[in-house]
Amino acid sequence: MPPEAAAAALQASGVPLLNVVGLKKHFALHGGLLGLSTGKVHAVDGVSFTLRRGETLSVVGESGCGKSTVGKTILRLLDPTEGEIWLDGARIDTLPARQLRPLRRRVQVVFQDPFSSLNPRMRVRDILAEPVVNFGLAKSGSELDDRIAALMDKVHLPRDALRRYPHEFSGGQRQRIGIARALAPGADLIICDEAVSALDVSVKAQIVNLLAELQDELGLALLFISHDLAIVEHLTHRVGVMYLGKIVELTDRRTLFSRAHHPYTKALLSAVPVPDPLAKRDRIILRGDVPSPINPPSGCRFHTRCPFVFDRCRVEEPLLRPVGEAHLSACHLDASVAVQTERLLPHHA
Amino acid sequence: MSSAVVPPDAVAAPALPDVLPPPRRRGRVGTFAYRHPTILAGGALLAVMLLIAVFAPVLHTVDPTALAPARRLRAPSGEYWFGTDMLGRDIYSRVMYGARVSLLVGFAVALLSSAIGMLIGLVSGYVRWTDAVIMRVMDGLMAIPGILLAIALMALTRGSVQNVIIAITVPQVPQVSRLVRGLVLSLREQPYVEAAVAAGTPGWKIILRHILPNTLAPLMVQATYICGSAMIIEAILSFIGAGTPPIIPSWGNIMAEGRALWQVKPYIVFFPAAFLSVTVLAVNLLGDGLRDALDPRAARRL
Repeated sequence: MPPEAAAAALQASGVPLLNVVGLKKHFALHGGLLGLSTGKVHAVDGVSFTLRRGETLSVVGESGCGKSTVGKTILRLLDPTEGEIWLDGARIDTLPARQLRPLRRRVQVVFQDPFSSLNPRMRVRDILAEPVVNFGLAKSGSELDDRIAALMDKVHLPRDALRRYPHEFSGGQRQRIGIARALAPGADLIICDEAVSALDVSVKAQIVNLLAELQDELGLALLFISHDLAIVEHLTHRVGVMYLGKIVELTDRRTLFSRAHHPYTKALLSAVPVPDPLAKRDRIILRGDVPSPINPPSGCRFHTRCPFVFDRCRVEEPLLRPVGEAHLSACHLDASVAVQTERLLPHHA
Repeated sequence: MSSAVVPPDAVAAPALPDVLPPPRRRGRVGTFAYRHPTILAGGALLAVMLLIAVFAPVLHTVDPTALAPARRLRAPSGEYWFGTDMLGRDIYSRVMYGARVSLLVGFAVALLSSAIGMLIGLVSGYVRWTDAVIMRVMDGLMAIPGILLAIALMALTRGSVQNVIIAITVPQVPQVSRLVRGLVLSLREQPYVEAAVAAGTPGWKIILRHILPNTLAPLMVQATYICGSAMIIEAILSFIGAGTPPIIPSWGNIMAEGRALWQVKPYIVFFPAAFLSVTVLAVNLLGDGLRDALDPRAARRL
């Protein structure tokens, strides 16, 4: 069966494009004279989700919660400690380094910093040619030129910009170049690691619109890693909320923004600024800092800061469980308790 | 009260004279020289020294090794511009020819140690498992003072310019490789390198295309400093008799020969020392200028 037909068959059978099962990534800490292992950072500690073709899944959370590590592990820039990653029904987390090329072609990345994500000593043309040449996607020089020109058109940059160096562009334009590079090999999945966080608000909107446009046109799946719920609300289909290396709530956008279940999600939502000075809001202010991922709290990792903490939270770790249709949450609070807490919640339309 | 009222017959003030001088237009070279005066000064001085070294035979010199015992220890005069030494050799000719040894040693050591150090640094920074071994060896080399190591190496071999170059290069290599290794370690974490990995670029291409070009600027600055210190070390080695053989005039061994008489005939030491100082100054000025011009933070300000 040719690969396209196989992919189509998998698509029809409902196999998701990306399936992450129990992903863990721990970083060993070394210290002392002999460099012995003194502990480990539980950056990602059991994360599972699926992503379909043409779908956007946002992973949100505070800095240090492990969301970028999830992205890098899927890209195989980092090797997972435990768990499985499946791309189109094929397991990719165990692939040896030499067999990563087919994966590299299908999964691409756009980074946060538009300044350090482009090599300052390469012209735009060479930056875009690199993946095309690596995967042998152009048989001749003119075909390469055509492909590169088409990429520039896709991200709405003028073709004569190809001869320029990255420092001659603004942040938004550089991010477009980064997106064009990610599109170059014809990827199915693009991981946007805080891809718009470093941009001005107006430029942010342009890039978000560009991503949405490209998704419609090319059927891309996007894994959108962000700390900004306001942006996420504009482009995502589903949202996973991460706290200290775990997904605490996973649901579609509408449910998350109207009927969030997990107290942490509610706190995040109440922190989103509302552009109305007269709006009456009951904010949930979390006290304290995120605990260290070197020594995460027992039971529910959020219990040290949760306004609704009770005894069970300190000893028993809550598992992701369905709390509604296509709505998973890892919290011991049941529906009735959730109702009781309703008065503390922001009235999010 | 009255001062605030504008009289009805007030006239508009005459246009202000153009007090600002008109913008000066400079050519590209002019702009460069204006921004980086040290590069210009250092480069010009070094160019003069290079010309002296290249054209030593035609700069009104005589055979620098020709002995003339009858005319020894002459003070500087119209005939002997820098005087003669205790064997009657013309110091002017010797200093002009000596420029060849100093510049050759300086440039050769800078080039060799940069090339070797860069190779070692790239491997050690990029291939992580080699790092511990390579860096411990480099630490071992660095633990011995460079000049002692050079003397020891010279003691093992015959005195020749080639051996002097090798003996001075060896102690410089660890410093370059440390510098390059540090640069590689920070560059390999750059998002554009990770993006290249994600784009399927093979390891050797990542080193050649993404890492190496970004190490060149700091390496060039380091190389100029190495060039300066190599010239000094060459002079030191020759001065203590462990360097360039006495048949080949070098600034170091001219000074060595003048050492015994320096209180009575100071000019024998003075002239080669002055040339050495000016040359090292030129190289260091050039290095400072390059560092300022190539510093990415300074570049971002512009």
